[in-house]
Amino acid sequence: MLLTQVDLEAFWLTLRLAGVTTLILLFLGTPVAWWLARTESRAKTLVEAVVALPLVLPPTVLGFYLLVALGRDGPLGSLWQTLGGGPLAFTFTGLVIGSVVYTLPFVVQPLQNAFQAVHENLLEAAATLRAGPWDRFFSIALPLARPGFLTATTLGFAHTVGEFGVVLMIGGNIPGQTKVLSIAIYDHVQSLEYHEAHVLSAILLVFAFLVLFAVYTVNRRFRLQRQ
Amino acid sequence: MSTIHACFSLFRGDFRLDAEFAAPGRGVTALFGQSGSGKTTLLRCIAGLEHAPGGLLRVNGEVWQDENGFLPSHKRPLGYVFQDARLFPHLTVRRNLEFGWKRTPPAQRQVAFERAVAWMGLEKLLPREPQHLSGGEKQRVAIARALLTGPQLLLMDEPLAALDAAAKAEILPYLDRLHEELAIPVFYVSHAVEEVIRLADHLLLLDGGRVTATGTPAEVLTRLDLPLAHLDDAAAALDAVVAGHDEEFGLSYLDFSGGRIATPHQPFAPGHAVRVRILAKDVSLTLDEPQRTSILNIFAARVVEIAEHTQAQVLVNLAVGDARLLARITRKSAKLLNLQPGAQVYAQVKSVALMP
Repeated sequence: MLLTQVDLEAFWLTLRLAGVTTLILLFLGTPVAWWLARTESRAKTLVEAVVALPLVLPPTVLGFYLLVALGRDGPLGSLWQTLGGGPLAFTFTGLVIGSVVYTLPFVVQPLQNAFQAVHENLLEAAATLRAGPWDRFFSIALPLARPGFLTATTLGFAHTVGEFGVVLMIGGNIPGQTKVLSIAIYDHVQSLEYHEAHVLSAILLVFAFLVLFAVYTVNRRFRLQRQ
Repeated sequence: MSTIHACFSLFRGDFRLDAEFAAPGRGVTALFGQSGSGKTTLLRCIAGLEHAPGGLLRVNGEVWQDENGFLPSHKRPLGYVFQDARLFPHLTVRRNLEFGWKRTPPAQRQVAFERAVAWMGLEKLLPREPQHLSGGEKQRVAIARALLTGPQLLLMDEPLAALDAAAKAEILPYLDRLHEELAIPVFYVSHAVEEVIRLADHLLLLDGGRVTATGTPAEVLTRLDLPLAHLDDAAAALDAVVAGHDEEFGLSYLDFSGGRIATPHQPFAPGHAVRVRILAKDVSLTLDEPQRTSILNIFAARVVEIAEHTQAQVLVNLAVGDARLLARITRKSAKLLNLQPGAQVYAQVKSVALMP
């Protein structure tokens, strides 16, 4: 057997975490990105800066604040428990919340760029062809922003798979619940189990390469098609 | 009679639009003016693409905008043809045409899908992607797409301006056909006198964001107090009817209220209505009826008004029957002939252009 039971669990947990996080981010990120791409409000710069924060903050800083917020007495943690939820820190739900925050810019920024490339001219033309605002968004903006959605999905997914610091801070190392691949690799190295570390690292390396290669290939084909 | 009544004021940076007008609720109304005169802004206000607060717009009895409300563009039954066709790049020609068609309640549709396709000659283009069309083809698709929304007002923003001469010549016959077959009113933005004479029934002159004159092209084009008569290609428009043909000399005769015009043979049956353009520079004046001249078209005319054009040239507005002609002659000639308003003269027309 190439992978131990614990490693296999870590593998599936990572996929599940990345999948759920990406899905949530696509739903949350699309309206934010659309607003950022279209607004002339002064608040735009502020929101852009907040969205970009996870790009520059050390994961430990972000993880620390999230740990405090998600804790039993933290604002998010206590709100969640008032609403009938369990504890957030050191749980899968907590990990999802942390990942959503940490991966936000990787989804919002490509979507914003894609929406900005959708020319106002075409939306005006659609308006004169009896399409209302929602209709214009779904029939013109979304299809034209398709490459941006592909980039956002893959980057969001891949970035969540690769996260380490935030998970370590708020999730800890509970097998089957919060132990993701990157943590498993760290554990193996700590225990000098280089063979296992090699196997898991290779899996991640090949995965990351394949994802990026696929994105660039599809985007290239899309661009050529449009020309 | 049904009319379109509009009143908009709008500030955009240094530019101020302050336009009020009433236009006939049928036929083609040309919005004419120099670039920067506010033609496009006015058209966008009519379409609801610009929101002019306090604006007023009534189209054939229906209020599209007044102090109580503003109908957004997608709720206005209009068609808009942009200068840059604006086809949707992710949809085929067919899907582009269907875009507005599908969103129009069947009861409001005026033109059958196949009919619009046939009118604009698009049968072979339907499966194509917009990026593989020529400029002229794109514009034909855009016109058909606008027609298929069953508009009660068709707005066209210089649909020919971005095209080369060949593509223009390709599109104009399609526009003529629209003109003849469509009952809906059309607002047509242009800065080409030729297009106006060819297509317009009514003219709205814009200058610096204001409507400075309205009337038929024949009236407005020949008014000496307006800039149109002072353009290089200033011309008069005459409405005429084909009277007959002279097979022996290969000529056609056209009747208008001031007389009979001879032209090279035209492919129209007698009774066909045509519009004739006569450039101001092609008209010369004599006091005595010219004898033994090579010029066939000579009309008795009365000088209505004379205005300075340049230091060397003057413009003369002439009444010929009910029609008006423009003549651009040297100031010296005007002095030698002692031309005054009321004077009886003969206008010799060197060439006429037919705008079928």
